[in-house]
Amino acid sequence: MAIPGARSRPAYPGRVRIVLRTTGELSITAGLVLALFCAYLLWGTGAYTASQQLLLQRALAAENAARPPAVELGDAVALLRIPRLGHDFRYAVVEGVRAEHLKKGPGHYPGTAMPGQVGNFVVSGHRTTYAAPFNRVDELERGDELVVEAREARYTYRVTSQDIVEPGEVDVLAPVPGMPGLRPIRAYITLTTCHPEYSAAQRLIVYGVLKDTEPRKA
Amino acid sequence: MYGWLWRRLPGGPGRRLLWAALLVATAMAVLWFSVFPLLEPTVTLDEVTVRR
Repeated sequence: MAIPGARSRPAYPGRVRIVLRTTGELSITAGLVLALFCAYLLWGTGAYTASQQLLLQRALAAENAARPPAVELGDAVALLRIPRLGHDFRYAVVEGVRAEHLKKGPGHYPGTAMPGQVGNFVVSGHRTTYAAPFNRVDELERGDELVVEAREARYTYRVTSQDIVEPGEVDVLAPVPGMPGLRPIRAYITLTTCHPEYSAAQRLIVYGVLKDTEPRKA
Repeated sequence: MYGWLWRRLPGGPGRRLLWAALLVATAMAVLWFSVFPLLEPTVTLDEVTVRR
């Protein structure tokens, strides 16, 4: 049944209608694209990390027998295992902490101690993007093991404490963490990541100290 | 905009739906594999290092 008069007087003139509708459609589209970008950041970026980890871990496995070469930026340093975060938690630590290095996995600060050395072995890792290796390091408790499998030995560190610091707090990188200028007599490990999750406001720091060294069989 | 696009797709409703799905999938793939990787470095929600 036809309704007399219907559609004869639209609420807005034709051109305004088109502009309003197009604006609405573009806004909805922009919202969907942003949601897709968030999904990419959280899950899509991990695909690159996974592929790079495969290469790095393969490189580590191949080098065990050979004489350890000098580590260059982007090379694999050692394998990091944290049993508290799951028995399959294993990441090849890469040398360097620039964006291009941290995309591949947790990064070792160049210039800080190497695994097992006296001083501070500092490793930074993503918390929300690029496979988020350090997503759950806030769950680590005093005494938890941080196992670093280097070419020459397996080093077992134990967590001593956690801290939340400002992004400029470079004292955590000192050879004795938090005490710049002091000469170290022990081997420390320091993990850094962002805090709170999804933010660049602060840094979460996990400290540990070397408890056990187990040389690899030649 | 979408109404205009819909009217330009060939065929009946079924084929138009297929075309629309194909276009959406293409747009998503271009964003995911080409555009987002370029945008990602500008987003600093995951700064993990300490520096002066």
